[in-house]
Amino acid sequence: MKPQELDRFEIRFSGLGGQGIITLGKIMGQGLALGHGYNVTQTQSYGPEARGGSSKCDLVISSGRISYPKAESLDLLVALSQEACNAYYPYLKPGGALVIETELVGQQPTNRFLGLPFTALARDKVGVAQAMNTVVLGALSFLLPFVQQAIMRKTLETVLPAKIRAVNVKAFNLGHRLAKKEWGDDAGEVWRVEEGFGDD
Amino acid sequence: MNGLTGNDVIHQYLRHNKKFPHVLCPGCGHGIVLGTLIRSIHALSIPKDDIVVVAGIGCSGRLAVYVDFNTVHTTHGRALTFATGIKMANPKLKVIALMGDGDALSIGGNHLIHAARRNIGVTALVLNNSIYGMTGGQSSPATPEGATTMTNPYGQLDKAFDTVELARGAGANYVARGTVFHVKKLEKIMIEALGRPGFSLVEAITPCHTQYGRKNKFKTPVDMYQWLKKSAIDVERYEELADDKREGRLPIGVFFRRDRNGYEERYYAMKEALTGKGAKGGRK
Amino acid sequence: MPRRKKRKEIFALGNEAVVEGALLAGCSFYGGYPITPSSEIMEIMAARLPMTGDGVFMQMEDEIASMGAIVGASLAGRKVMTATSGPGFSLMQENLGYAIMAEAPLVLVNVMRGGPSTGLPTSPAQADVQQARWGTHGDHPIIVLSASDVQECLDMTITAFNMAEKYRTPVILLLDEVTAHTREKIEVPNEGEFEVFSRTVPSMPPEWYKPYEETVRGVPPMPPLGAGYRFHVTGLTHDRNGFPTQRPEEIVELLERIHRKIDQFFYDIQLVDEVQTTDADVVVIAYGSVARSAELAVHQARLNGVRAGLLKLKTLFPYPRRHTEKILGHARTLVVPEMNMGQMSREVKRVNMGRASVRTINRVDGQIVTPSEILKVIMQG
Repeated sequence: MKPQELDRFEIRFSGLGGQGIITLGKIMGQGLALGHGYNVTQTQSYGPEARGGSSKCDLVISSGRISYPKAESLDLLVALSQEACNAYYPYLKPGGALVIETELVGQQPTNRFLGLPFTALARDKVGVAQAMNTVVLGALSFLLPFVQQAIMRKTLETVLPAKIRAVNVKAFNLGHRLAKKEWGDDAGEVWRVEEGFGDD
Repeated sequence: MNGLTGNDVIHQYLRHNKKFPHVLCPGCGHGIVLGTLIRSIHALSIPKDDIVVVAGIGCSGRLAVYVDFNTVHTTHGRALTFATGIKMANPKLKVIALMGDGDALSIGGNHLIHAARRNIGVTALVLNNSIYGMTGGQSSPATPEGATTMTNPYGQLDKAFDTVELARGAGANYVARGTVFHVKKLEKIMIEALGRPGFSLVEAITPCHTQYGRKNKFKTPVDMYQWLKKSAIDVERYEELADDKREGRLPIGVFFRRDRNGYEERYYAMKEALTGKGAKGGRK
Repeated sequence: MPRRKKRKEIFALGNEAVVEGALLAGCSFYGGYPITPSSEIMEIMAARLPMTGDGVFMQMEDEIASMGAIVGASLAGRKVMTATSGPGFSLMQENLGYAIMAEAPLVLVNVMRGGPSTGLPTSPAQADVQQARWGTHGDHPIIVLSASDVQECLDMTITAFNMAEKYRTPVILLLDEVTAHTREKIEVPNEGEFEVFSRTVPSMPPEWYKPYEETVRGVPPMPPLGAGYRFHVTGLTHDRNGFPTQRPEEIVELLERIHRKIDQFFYDIQLVDEVQTTDADVVVIAYGSVARSAELAVHQARLNGVRAGLLKLKTLFPYPRRHTEKILGHARTLVVPEMNMGQMSREVKRVNMGRASVRTINRVDGQIVTPSEILKVIMQG
């Protein structure tokens, strides 16, 4: 399948230190760069705390060369804490999508959002709360029309050490399945480019 | 020893294209330490090409330039850091660090602690003259309590550093002290230090009459050597003295010996084990 | 013709790419001390070097010791490297000067962060540009390189090693936190696809060898310690034999030679990338991650009908004077965006000598200069 042409698609993952935000961005970035063949820049910023502080990780995805590596105008904001949602919602493009962790973001800045209780799902359905970031990855693999689920899962398997691989694949599949069920087939329609469109 | 004796031995280890005379003052003990080092190396028949003398800054630092080995005159206090890099880069080399008391114990104190902790295969010679000689006679961490110096005109307030206990606590394999009056004993110590694995430290007490003695009631350099003769005592005998008899005595000899592998031996053994080439740990 | 072997692609941090480049260039000795935001370089070296050939990794007790250890290892014949950030860079200045004086090749990577002092440990800045040039005391030459994206981190590290070995000198690679902590897809070149330069060793017998002799290139050959050439290395001003000297003519000869050996090869050392500069009225002069913002700004300015261009500096020192001179032939305005109070713009102004108008954009708030900020200034002409 030929990858969809992208011109600077910007994603921000944000939340708390310890939620695995940077790992999430790193795996997604690697899957898109090496698996899908896009140009990707992944940047991050964090405070001095290893746990509990704020954490942010940006991806810029493009078919062409990426000059400026940081996200400025977001196509997708993933907010896994209330503080992160408040801080970064203003950077969301008109028409961009907001994905939140519904138990941690109680006050949504808009009614147009997609949410799942990622932490609870990881804890209750996978049995490992730390796999929350992988549940998010699975859900986004459904949501983003240019992401192929199989390639992303393969990347996940390549990156993770053997002893935590199975549990994460379970979390990934759960995220994908629930996003499909809860968010519906046309959730990512805003970004889909019609077949035959573009210069190929 | 190769049929040579006395000055003939020394002569064949000096650099004859280097302009002499040297920088040392009359009565200085540093030349005796250097002569002792040369005789020790000669006694062990270590090829000149295998010796790297790494020196710090100060009067002791200047010694390296006169001897026909690989010589590296480094920055103040940092001789052991360079020596560590050289030994790790090429463990076949016999690396000797020449430092003064200010060099090794003050500005280079942290490096001394960590060289001893790693137990890196380097022989450290600390030439202790109790003073910063080259810069004009300022206090060093080895200046005795009460002594007068350019920066302690009213008397040194703190105690002199105990190099032996420092090195013991930090983890060195071998620590000994000698003086330039007891040359035969110093030579015996140096020969043993040069032949051992891991980090060896030899403290050589060497008088500086110009900057220390003159201001501390030693009329001539000879008085300083007399003082060494009087105050030095073998460490074994010193240990037997009652506390009140120890005052003013200077224990010399070997304080302790350990046989831990040097850092370079442990590192290259780990490397071998990791890369599977004759995977054997520990020392041969 | 044989088909080119496919290059390995990796999704790597700038700091990881530095390690890849170093290992490709033949680095076999790393001595360092941890400091944000450079620590990944050290951590990856700690994992990789013990697994490779004769590789040695050492965690030293501080940055002073790190420099001492790598200079020692360099003299013993190794290709050596350390990495640090602002505060550690300050501590390294002492033995950096020694390496310049002793002509010991080494690569020092400084991932810049905000200062002064402990400053902003996790935020980007380009605040050490002038420290890289003048940080150690005394008149001295220095080569300072930079990288603006992850691929360049790999490529410029190889270049840094090659220049260090070719000119027997320390080379500083300045990165900023953005470049060091960005992950991107890069290609790892195959062996044979890039130049690897190693220091010249003497071919004459030891008794003829003079370690600091005047040569045509100004770079005397350098044997490893223990190879039969027993010579003296010192930080004191020395004569051709390496022995300390206070004779005026010998002092001058040494200082002139160590400067000349860098200066006369400016065409080899001064590296830049030019984007649409040939007809540009407004030229942005940028380096590091800010050059990426500038590239986007220049692109947007062209779309808005302004003839803008970018001179991206990959060599910061010796400052690429001839490239700037060429641009001054037609540019009305030079824009110099930096994450500092104006350090490289001093060099630009020095070369400009009042010909074009020089506009500076300076940020010291721990944020990268954005494309829109640069575009705004370009559009003002």
